[in-house]
Amino acid sequence: MDFSSTPEQEELRAGARGYLADHPQPSWAELAALGWTGVSVPEADGGAGLGFLEEAVLFEEMGRALTHAPYWSTVAVVLPALPADLRAEVARGEASWTLATGPLVTDLDSATRVAYVGGDSIWELVGADREVLQTNDMTRPLGVVSGGEAGRRLSGSEVLPRLRTRSLTALSLEACGVGARALELAVDHAGQRLQFGKPIGTYQAVAHPLATTLLALDLGRSLALFAAWCIATDDPRAAIAAAAAKSHCAEAAVAACERSIQVHGGIGFTWEHVLHRLYKRALGIQSWEASSERLRAEIAEHLLGRGI
Amino acid sequence: MDLRDTPDEELFRSGLRAWLGENRPAPAADVAEEEAEEAAEEEAHRDAERRNWSRRLYDAGYSGLTWPTEHGGGGRPSGYEAILFDELARAGAPQHLGVIGLGMVGPTIIAVGTEPQKASRLERILSADEIWCQGFSEPEAGSDLSAVTTSARLEGSHFVVNGQKVWSSYAHIADWCLLLARSDPASERHAGLTCLLVEMTSPGIEVRPLRQLTGEAEFNEIFFSGVEVPVENVLGEVGNGWEVAMTTLLHERGTLGFSLAAGLGVTMRRLIELAGDRGATPVQRDAIAREWVELEALRYTAYRHLSTPESGVPGPEGSLLKLQWSEANQRITKLALELLGPDAQLLEGNAPYGGYWQHLQLRSRGNTIEAGTSEILRNILAERVLGLPRSR
Ligand SMILES: Cc1cc2nc3c(=O)[nH]c(=O)nc-3n(C[C@H](O)[C@H](O)[C@H](O)COP(=O)(O)OP(=O)(O)OC[C@H]3O[C@@H](n4cnc5c(N)ncnc54)[C@H](O)[C@@H]3O)c2cc1C
Repeated sequence: MDFSSTPEQEELRAGARGYLADHPQPSWAELAALGWTGVSVPEADGGAGLGFLEEAVLFEEMGRALTHAPYWSTVAVVLPALPADLRAEVARGEASWTLATGPLVTDLDSATRVAYVGGDSIWELVGADREVLQTNDMTRPLGVVSGGEAGRRLSGSEVLPRLRTRSLTALSLEACGVGARALELAVDHAGQRLQFGKPIGTYQAVAHPLATTLLALDLGRSLALFAAWCIATDDPRAAIAAAAAKSHCAEAAVAACERSIQVHGGIGFTWEHVLHRLYKRALGIQSWEASSERLRAEIAEHLLGRGI
Repeated sequence: MDLRDTPDEELFRSGLRAWLGENRPAPAADVAEEEAEEAAEEEAHRDAERRNWSRRLYDAGYSGLTWPTEHGGGGRPSGYEAILFDELARAGAPQHLGVIGLGMVGPTIIAVGTEPQKASRLERILSADEIWCQGFSEPEAGSDLSAVTTSARLEGSHFVVNGQKVWSSYAHIADWCLLLARSDPASERHAGLTCLLVEMTSPGIEVRPLRQLTGEAEFNEIFFSGVEVPVENVLGEVGNGWEVAMTTLLHERGTLGFSLAAGLGVTMRRLIELAGDRGATPVQRDAIAREWVELEALRYTAYRHLSTPESGVPGPEGSLLKLQWSEANQRITKLALELLGPDAQLLEGNAPYGGYWQHLQLRSRGNTIEAGTSEILRNILAERVLGLPRSR
């Protein structure tokens, strides 16, 4: 078993980290110009012909940078349901997508197209009205669609479990990025802030919970990378691995933000500080698709069969 | 990133699985069923059996897989060791008895030992001809190991050792001891310490078993009075004992990662069976699922940290694995007791599953103390992985 990433993946990560730090709300065309919207689109259709492990790098970095763009909804969720010509459009930066599976829909402020599930198929929804709602996490707003009619049929609904597995895994990776940044901020602060004549990081009541946070995030990263690898290689364990990853990573990211806010004291409670935005993204990830508890119920069923 | 067995790993795994199918020893009787005295006898018998078993692992080439070939090892990457632990666990076969020799003393001898030490000790560790114990802790030196006072005074061609060690696992069956002692009486703390390889049959050594809260006696006090240790048996440099001891501790916490994850995997399988037998409430199902997820995480984290290029000495990240494993083992075994309800109180003939869970749960309380307490491991993670300022 070899978990190490390739030099190309490392390069992608370094490049993404630098770019995203300066561009919190990149346009879809900019993301396409970087080659990110077509990472897994075949070269023949104008993509890079790479796979989910490369996309995984970007999901993690976009979590860390609190990127506001319909990347997760397009690339993790809708892309595999699209016919080749529409995938090529995504790769070229001409279209981005979101999928309506319930009353609340993500990224209606930025995604250019909406897909929905109807009967045994996934369709494009055309001519619908969109309303973007005020949400806690402003980097991935929710909204509602009304009216409209079925446009082109995109694929059969049998792809839905696969889309969910990708979605859960991408959210786990985002959570890893969010949590890692919250922990880094806490460690920096604890090393610099002096109280009672010493850096607060020398107090074990500050340091030990940060060590616990490190542990939880590190375990989470292993789960998320394993799930990503399962997706990249069509491993049959992908669905359960994704559930495991999301159940753990979402909780770990929320806890990391909460710990970091506490370690920062009053400054961590302010609107100016980035921490509350990390925290809200983490809470958004936790709430979306399925909560940790819900996913553990699925895992329990996988392990123990149906309960009473 | 490739999480499959390589073709060669696959070959190794299938060969090992076939070998275990033919050679796996019968499962040992559960000690919790025995009276205390019978248990002691039973334990001695089991130790002898395990020595035999270890010898057979060695003969078949399954001992010291990652050690260099010139020292009798397999010269393989650490992934093979992970396969070995996985397959032993899967077959319900015990691991090599020489845990301390294989995991800690051997790698340290390879790293800093003299040629004669390598030639005389390493092969015998692999073959279980020599079982080792670790004489580090003392009554006044536990977490703060730099407070050791056991003295090693140089007299001509040997050191004379006086003092007391405590909590030394396997000392009652060990042939050799890796001893941390103060060779410079004027020194303090980390300076002036020396590591010595001490033969347990040397005159002046007395081992007194200590009974643990499980009822077993796996760890011991060791008393040294005027014990002579030849200078050739200094491991590393005189006065450099602290660095040598830290190398062994990193190995202890690091390389054990795979074996701990494999062991916990067996416990998890039994927990799932138990939940099937006894039923579980929705809250208990949630807890079982959580532990399963964390075990998966532990396993992949062990692989992840071992596939990052490194010097051969495990980094402080090993502390993550040991911390996670010890606390998970405590939670899982407690969960099992909860599933057992009042039956969890029954011992001996009435104990469900031969007392497996009661024993394991009690034993797990030692896991967060041995090989660095959880508090000390969190100090290490905070200071050496996160880079927070030192607390002391
Ligand atoms: C089953 C078992 C097997 C063992 N096998 C061996 C062996 O083979 N060889 C060997 O040499 N030793 C062995 N030990 C000993 C073990 O390494 C020590 O028990 C351990 O290091 C703790 O030392 P102590 O018992 O003196 O406790 P102390 O160091 O006195 O610790 C008591 C409590 O104080 C806490 N504490 C201490 N210092 C700090 C600090 N700086 N910050 C926060 N908290 C702190 C500890 O975490 C602990 O909770 C074994 C122990 C057990 C339980």
